[in-house]
Amino acid sequence: MNALTVIPILIPLGCAVASLLVRRSIRLQRGMAVAGTAALLIAAIFLMSSVLRHGVLCAQVGNWPAPFGITLVADILSSVMVMLTGLMGLATAIYSMASMDEARERFGYYPLLHMLLCGVNGAFLTGDLFNLYVWFEVMLIASFVLLALGGERAQMEGAIKYVTLNLMASALFLAGVGILYGMAGTLNMADLSLKLRDTGHPGLITCVAMLFLTAFGVKAALFPVFSWLPASYHTPPVAVSAIFAGLLTKVGVYALLRVFTLIFTQDIPYTHTIILWAAGLTMVTGVLGAFAQSEFRRILSFHIISQIGYMIMGLGLYTPLALAGSLFYITHHIVVKTNLFLVSGLAHRLRGSYDLKKLGGLYASAPLVAGLFLIPAMSLAGMPPLSGFFAKFLLVKAGLEAGHWGIVAVALAVGMVTLMSMTKIWAEAFWKAAPGTMEMPPPGKHEMICLLFPVIMLAAVTLAIGVGAGPVLDVANRAAEQLQGNTDYIATVLGEKAR
Amino acid sequence: METLLAVVIGVLYAAGIYMMLRRSLVKLIIGLALLSNAANLLIFTSGGLVPARPPLVAPGESVPAAPFADPLPQALILTAIVISFGVMAFALALFYRAAEEAGADDLDRLTSTDT
Repeated sequence: MNALTVIPILIPLGCAVASLLVRRSIRLQRGMAVAGTAALLIAAIFLMSSVLRHGVLCAQVGNWPAPFGITLVADILSSVMVMLTGLMGLATAIYSMASMDEARERFGYYPLLHMLLCGVNGAFLTGDLFNLYVWFEVMLIASFVLLALGGERAQMEGAIKYVTLNLMASALFLAGVGILYGMAGTLNMADLSLKLRDTGHPGLITCVAMLFLTAFGVKAALFPVFSWLPASYHTPPVAVSAIFAGLLTKVGVYALLRVFTLIFTQDIPYTHTIILWAAGLTMVTGVLGAFAQSEFRRILSFHIISQIGYMIMGLGLYTPLALAGSLFYITHHIVVKTNLFLVSGLAHRLRGSYDLKKLGGLYASAPLVAGLFLIPAMSLAGMPPLSGFFAKFLLVKAGLEAGHWGIVAVALAVGMVTLMSMTKIWAEAFWKAAPGTMEMPPPGKHEMICLLFPVIMLAAVTLAIGVGAGPVLDVANRAAEQLQGNTDYIATVLGEKAR
Repeated sequence: METLLAVVIGVLYAAGIYMMLRRSLVKLIIGLALLSNAANLLIFTSGGLVPARPPLVAPGESVPAAPFADPLPQALILTAIVISFGVMAFALALFYRAAEEAGADDLDRLTSTDT
């Protein structure tokens, strides 16, 4: 029993319960939010360094041996994702103290935030498909309430689409789980990986694989099932948008990476070609959708979709370098995208609008905010030496090595359009003169610190990933090796039986 | 028995998807409920049906005698039912509020956040 793999789930769970107990005191809840997410980040860093040193870690909850018990597994991919969850949780918790309105704080914003993190970490760490479904639901229920909390009309409309499509995806996922159990008699992912190799029904497995691709595709916002995302992500308060943008779709991407490297590898030319096509179409539709928008958060929402395409592209190419590129891209994207949403919140706080037509003059009045926008925006577009450049470079290199010229051309073109889209935000919101006189009351010193600190922290992380790309790439390479080899994973979970 | 259940599952999926394609919020939520029930039945059926053989361990034995009903799919379904019950309760409240805000039970009038 390895406690390190359980702690990242227990900390947010404990904080959620404790926050509910002190429901009346917002100050206590705020303190607990920051302390809890900081503790989560520290625990996750310990977990990650332990995994990097000792290889895959595994805990059998209740000491029932796999494949019968509840298995928690941390390989490099999982532990890095958990670490990023902690980091985004901390940034959002600090940002929420200044940006969340009191009514929402009273109605349980902080407990919900903790539950969301608990669900996300559970999904990253579980080693069992049915538990993955349960953690998905924990995360979804928390996100449903966070999205609808406050009850504004736009939130209701966004939430209906979000709830409906995600529930439908869950039903598909559950159907896939049921059929897999019928075929293999197990739901432990490592055990499935072994048992599905000789069922003698490759066609049926591919069919189930497509069910999973659709279910996780909805959650990851892949083409053509992404429409819930731009309809809902711009409706809740910005702190909620930021944590959703950073983490939720990435849980879908993680699930795709996990099942299509561990379980569904019996017909790679077929399944992974479909994934590659979906990746290309996702990139193009996302970026074109963004180009048609003129609202800060809607532009960013569409860019999430196009970026998901890059992450899936690595999975579709399925070479070690491509998978490493995918993992690098996910790491870079989570940090950058959350940060961009937080900056959009700063612009909203200073000018009272998300509409690019009504924004303007921020470079003159708040040069620091403008500078802080440029770092993640240029990184998203892939300018060297920022993190996005290396992420795109790896994927393009992997694509060229594998001889997939088409997807490489698409990736490069989409990068260009992303840059145009970011310069559009820059020109409209920051560069042009302020239209009219829409002055907001200037934020107080304490408020400004709470708003700026997370943005500066995440910008520093973006710079660090860019400057220290070598070590990050080493980790990504090792993670990709583990994913594709997957013998370590299976041997750690099942123990001696697998050898 | 499997054939009958397969037909029932198919009908449930078809009816669920048909309901979800209508414009009414009420029909949408009924469709969702049908879909999750169809998924539950699918787990039940694909887990293998063994009638009248409960997985009970006879005295003095350590495993139940050979053909016995697998209890695990039922445990999975029970979990899924509980989850979908909670989610449905939330969705009902949400849809009710949305219909109140919009003044109509019509999805075509809830498009202001679309693009």
